[in-house]
Amino acid sequence: MKTTLPEQELMEKGHMACLGCGGALAMRYLLKALGKNSMFAIPACCWAVIPGVFPYSCMDVPLQYVAFEATGAAISGMEAALKAKGKKEGVTVVGWAGDGGTLDIGIQALSGAVERGHDVKYVCYDNEAYMNTGIQRSSATPRGAWTTTTPVGKTRFWKQTNKKNIVEIMAAHDIPYTCTASVAYPEDLIKKAEKMKDIEGPCYMHIYAPCPTGWKYPPEKTIELSRLATETCIFPIYEVTYGKYKINKDIREEKKKPVLEYLKTQGRFRKLDEETVQSLQLYVDSEWNKLKRKVECFGEDK
Amino acid sequence: MKMVLSGNASAAYGAKLARAEVISAYPITPQTKIVEKIADLIANGEFETEFVKVESEHSAMAAAVSASLVGARTFTATSSQGLLLMHEVLHWASASRTPIVMVNINRAVAPPWSVWADQTDTIAQRDTGWMQFYCESCQEVVDTMLILYKVAEDKDVMMPAMLSEDAFLLSHTSEIVDMPEQAEVDEFLGKFEPEQRLDVENPMSFGSLSMPHQYYYEFRYKMAEAMETAREKILDAEREFEKRFGRSYGGLLDLYRCDDAEIVLIAAGSMSSTIRVAVDEMREKGKKIGLARLRVFRPFPIKELRELAKGAKMIGVLDRSFCFGYEGAFFTEVKSALYDMENRPLVKGYVVGIGGRDVTLDVIHDVINDCMVTKDTKDEPFKWIGLKGGEQ
Repeated sequence: MKTTLPEQELMEKGHMACLGCGGALAMRYLLKALGKNSMFAIPACCWAVIPGVFPYSCMDVPLQYVAFEATGAAISGMEAALKAKGKKEGVTVVGWAGDGGTLDIGIQALSGAVERGHDVKYVCYDNEAYMNTGIQRSSATPRGAWTTTTPVGKTRFWKQTNKKNIVEIMAAHDIPYTCTASVAYPEDLIKKAEKMKDIEGPCYMHIYAPCPTGWKYPPEKTIELSRLATETCIFPIYEVTYGKYKINKDIREEKKKPVLEYLKTQGRFRKLDEETVQSLQLYVDSEWNKLKRKVECFGEDK
Repeated sequence: MKMVLSGNASAAYGAKLARAEVISAYPITPQTKIVEKIADLIANGEFETEFVKVESEHSAMAAAVSASLVGARTFTATSSQGLLLMHEVLHWASASRTPIVMVNINRAVAPPWSVWADQTDTIAQRDTGWMQFYCESCQEVVDTMLILYKVAEDKDVMMPAMLSEDAFLLSHTSEIVDMPEQAEVDEFLGKFEPEQRLDVENPMSFGSLSMPHQYYYEFRYKMAEAMETAREKILDAEREFEKRFGRSYGGLLDLYRCDDAEIVLIAAGSMSSTIRVAVDEMREKGKKIGLARLRVFRPFPIKELRELAKGAKMIGVLDRSFCFGYEGAFFTEVKSALYDMENRPLVKGYVVGIGGRDVTLDVIHDVINDCMVTKDTKDEPFKWIGLKGGEQ
């Protein structure tokens, strides 16, 4: 039988992720693409627990757990040491961190690492809050979302500010390759991971990785909901290769689904009022149009 | 070969002689000349190393830990605020058992801003699991760096080590340094070959989650054991160094004219040189005074101190730092080491040189004079020397 995904599995059975964890799927697909000659640094995040408790591990690749804010620095050190030892050839050095460890506490080390031009691949699996510590808001939490630190009560409301656009921040570093991917589209994710592997220099991948526990939806809905995120243009699938923008999952205007359809699937948006829903729709539309303009101006054929 | 080098340049040459394979560092006054000198040596083709010019000290140490886990001999240098920013990762370094060698220039901690000598920065890292050495001369810096790599990388130790130099007083003082021959150093140090490393051929995880009933406790015990082992390894390495290069520095506690001393001053870093002069003066006057230079603070030289205390009547401990709510750290630790001795000498603490205040011969004379008249320390266990009064 011919499969559309590589058959090799470097993430073994027995991981400790929740049912329906987008982050677990994301790692499995990434490893399929990168293969065994990969070396990982993982900071504090769900994935600091998912591989297992010492001495067990579900990971068949070398892995160093690192301080929360240190992923970018750790992969820089690994890469430099491999070079010094003459062992860099054929080895992919990967930083794998959650949204808090990337957009918040780890953004400095990440920025430094890619600015220095290390041959490293940084992958953020985005579940839009500090999930490992129990659903606290991060700068990746979208506006309108309930979290334990943006509770909905008499005087306090859901998160009031928009999600930080880390993908554009990374693209602005003028690195060889920046992309988004989603667990809903594994073939696209794997293709991009293989592309990163072949590029010499810093690359950034941002994976949409839903969290049933934190977003309050049934675990079997992870893929459906991920697809909706892209079909509503909330999470566009695109890439920036040497400055050239390309949308990999184009959503034609007539096919574009309303944001409300996505919001309705999750308990974290349960209490949103109509006015906020409308303003979120406007925001998503405007961001999507901005991205399309970028493709027009800086697309691959431009 | 003899060269005229500053304390900073000595650190850079130490890294070169040790053939550090990865250096990750961030500039901070007064350490900058170390990273600049390393950059120059690389630019001139004299030093082959991967120099990662990180965006912070936190990243400097994090990159060093990962590089060391891959199996590279690793060096970094910092000072004061930079060392404080590294604090979290210092624990990662020791608990990952990475034998990183770091030079720290002892500089005061802000506010107010001060870039001058003060040992608060390293004292605040006491419990991070790093060996701590305090140097007195440029020659000692070069030699100690080699000794530190030897000890840190010993398979029974595998713990990181920091070497301290007082800001400006040593970092910017130039002296003649007898540079060891590279071939001799290579023989002395050998290559860094850790038993376990990050390697795609043999995948392992470093730092996995550990439950309370499992091995975290035991991992920490292994670190405690390694630090105990380091005591002997430091002495062994220094003996071997002396045999090869003809120099040694007194092991953990460097004794100067202590043989029959009734009063012994204990101090670390550059002020030791000033105390040596004061000791010579007093000896000429027939006063039995000596210096015990605290060359190593971690592991703490308990055995050496107790041996020293057997003969002394009075010990004066000089601290260039202060632990608020108590007293100077050296003072506390010296007393603790002597606590259960039957006939222990009087021990009194002296706070000096904070924020780079000059520790002159006069300051040392004040300390010695106070030691001579102190009959008990009940009412005044320690004092601040040369404190300016309320005059406007």
